[in-house]
Amino acid sequence: MDTNEYLGLFLEESRENLQVLNEGLLSLEQDPENEMALNEIFRAAHTLKGMAATMGFEQITELTHKMENVLGKLRDKELEFSRFISDLLFKCVDALENMVEGISTGNQNEFVIDDLVASLKNLEEGQGQAVEETSQYTVKDELNEYENNLILKGQEQNYHTYKVVVEVSPQCVMKAVRAFMVFKNLEELGEIIKSVPAVQDLEDEKFDREFTLYLLTKENENKIRNAVDKISEISLKQLAEVKIQKEANLPKEKKKTVNQVDSWDKTKIKTMQTVRVDITKLDNLMNLVGELVINKTRLEQIMKTGQVTSLGETVEQIERITSDLQNVVMKVRMVPIEQVFNRFPRMVRDFSKELEKEVELVLEGQETELDRTVIDEISDPLVHLIRNSLDHGLEKPEERLAQSKSRVGTLKLIARQEGNSVLIIVEDDGQGINIEKVKTKAVENGMVTIKELEQMSEKEILDFIFAPGFSTAQQVTDISGRGVGLDVVRAKINSLNGNVFLESQPGIGTKFTIKLPLTLAIIQALLVKVEEEVYAIPLANIDETTLIEEDVIKNVQGQEVMVLRGKVLPLIRLSKVLEVPCTGKCGEELYVVVVRKGEEQIGLVVDELIGQQEIVISSLGKLFSNLPGIAGAAILGDGKVSLILDIGTLF
Amino acid sequence: MEQIQVVAFKLGNEEYAIDVMAVQEIIRPTAITRVPRTKDFYSGVINLRGNVVPIVNLAKRFNLEEVELTEKSRIIILNVNDIRVGITVESVTEVININKDDIETPNLTNVIDEKFIAGVAKYQERLLILLNIEEVLELTEVAQDTEEIKG
Repeated sequence: MDTNEYLGLFLEESRENLQVLNEGLLSLEQDPENEMALNEIFRAAHTLKGMAATMGFEQITELTHKMENVLGKLRDKELEFSRFISDLLFKCVDALENMVEGISTGNQNEFVIDDLVASLKNLEEGQGQAVEETSQYTVKDELNEYENNLILKGQEQNYHTYKVVVEVSPQCVMKAVRAFMVFKNLEELGEIIKSVPAVQDLEDEKFDREFTLYLLTKENENKIRNAVDKISEISLKQLAEVKIQKEANLPKEKKKTVNQVDSWDKTKIKTMQTVRVDITKLDNLMNLVGELVINKTRLEQIMKTGQVTSLGETVEQIERITSDLQNVVMKVRMVPIEQVFNRFPRMVRDFSKELEKEVELVLEGQETELDRTVIDEISDPLVHLIRNSLDHGLEKPEERLAQSKSRVGTLKLIARQEGNSVLIIVEDDGQGINIEKVKTKAVENGMVTIKELEQMSEKEILDFIFAPGFSTAQQVTDISGRGVGLDVVRAKINSLNGNVFLESQPGIGTKFTIKLPLTLAIIQALLVKVEEEVYAIPLANIDETTLIEEDVIKNVQGQEVMVLRGKVLPLIRLSKVLEVPCTGKCGEELYVVVVRKGEEQIGLVVDELIGQQEIVISSLGKLFSNLPGIAGAAILGDGKVSLILDIGTLF
Repeated sequence: MEQIQVVAFKLGNEEYAIDVMAVQEIIRPTAITRVPRTKDFYSGVINLRGNVVPIVNLAKRFNLEEVELTEKSRIIILNVNDIRVGITVESVTEVININKDDIETPNLTNVIDEKFIAGVAKYQERLLILLNIEEVLELTEVAQDTEEIKG
């Protein structure tokens, strides 16, 4: 059976099932008696197993099978749900997720699931808690083929290969130096063929406390042990000989995987974005298209007979149908934000555990619908904001108690529709942003002088945290605080035509509000004429328009400005920035479109205002991607193409 | 004998040819919207039945003299590596089969840049310049750019 065409479906459904597993486990963790959740998990695991088996993904099948056994025991009350079991099951789900993602990217690493399978098996056989996993599951491909060959060759020449896992003591200040010493000592004994993480990362201290080396040597274990023990602040965590069997029993399997990789590469390109559509919406569409066809024949009739009176009626009909069609198609593109929110309970659980904080996550408005394209893009910025709140915002339980707050912090994630926009709010009741710290940091980074600071409003100062490279965190943790972040969030949201606002009160909490347009595909725009060319400016960017005469424009240090109600407004001539070929005719009267880019206002000088219109955004294609100032193209009523200006990047 | 089918067209004083597999359709010139901040050999974009398609001015690309639009002018819509582009040409002559053996590597032309030329084909008494369309459209560069963005 050629299973390739089902691969997309398999991936999609697997992800859904994994999501169910995650959610089920979370609710089970909160309420171990929840049989519904247990059944749900059981079903999801079972479906996953079945599908994986059909598709021939044996590892997934094996792991889910074992999970199923354990789940069965839980259901039959032969086993009692415990933290240990939930952690183990979560790990299994993570492993499954990795495998599924591995399949979708065509990156086919063999995952070592033996540990997990063994632990599950032990559980199942009732030896329960006693079993400690020997190590977390790891990617077997830690050693690539070249390194495997080295080890094999070494074996032939009486060299041994040892896997040396070294741990740096938590008090150690200069980890890189210690790591270097380990390298130096071991290299006296033999050759280090591999290090995880890579040497470069070790030098940059990009590792936690542990690293692994593979040493090819003729010496025995004791020598290695001594060599490592000599170094202070370093302890040997694991020392094991690596033996690789000759490939005698591998070829068959190898060949198979190679084939699979090939076919996966192809499918990877083909996996498309999909939207699941309610069948009634499709019926609706079908009806509308039917009506269109009827009206088309009527038009043909009119063409033959020349009855102009019925033409008006038909055109009206068509108008109604097209706007209905537009609405329905838009609705098809809309996806509930639930799809994004779904992943957060699990994420918050893991992070809060890691940070030793207690957090209650409150989700609201999951049913709020957003355009599919926005949904795909919004996830990363949200993850960022949530991490930010968990890491910098919410305090540890002790600190909270000391401030007479409730022990458990609250993180709210709220989505709701407001007019033509959707608001997504990430709110925590943590310590808030320390404005003094922001001030010092901004001055330190040379973004502002102390004098300028005095004249800035609190809001403007808070805005600094969106600047690139800005972090007030004193300690960089794994989760956030590396100073790359909020600027990326803002850039991303802006690129979606949205905005981020920030409110913060020391001691009470921080609130990020993301405002997004309901849809990206159709926008309201103002059409303007520059010389002979027509451009569309998104209405969302426009504050007002005004008619001026040429002599109102003044020159201040080479910059054209005008005074609008007592405020100086910098002007930009669209004909200049868009290099519009001049036709020579220069009107006395000009229009100024006042647009807003972040906090600043700028006047765009155009020749004529044509009017407001709903336009459908089309892409300019790959050849013209990322043109500064141009967001896309729109086809106007007369069939001509007009370009949509991107105010954010225009000047 | 192995043959390939090409679309032959005229530009300046030469006759060129493009593999028919790269050609989606041939249309009459329509209104072109200039796109600012692009390379000057792009004349802009057109509306092709609701799709926005970029147009390359081939004469400009080859640094030839500008040709006037006439009754015979055409836009050849190409579809290469899933990228749709139109090229403006003076006139389209015909679709012909040429023998692969009749294609030679070029060494005679100095009218246009050599990298644009995939070969020169003899057909009856005519010489057709076969275009290396990826080079002409800079598709290799586009591909690289997107790679970088991904990386």
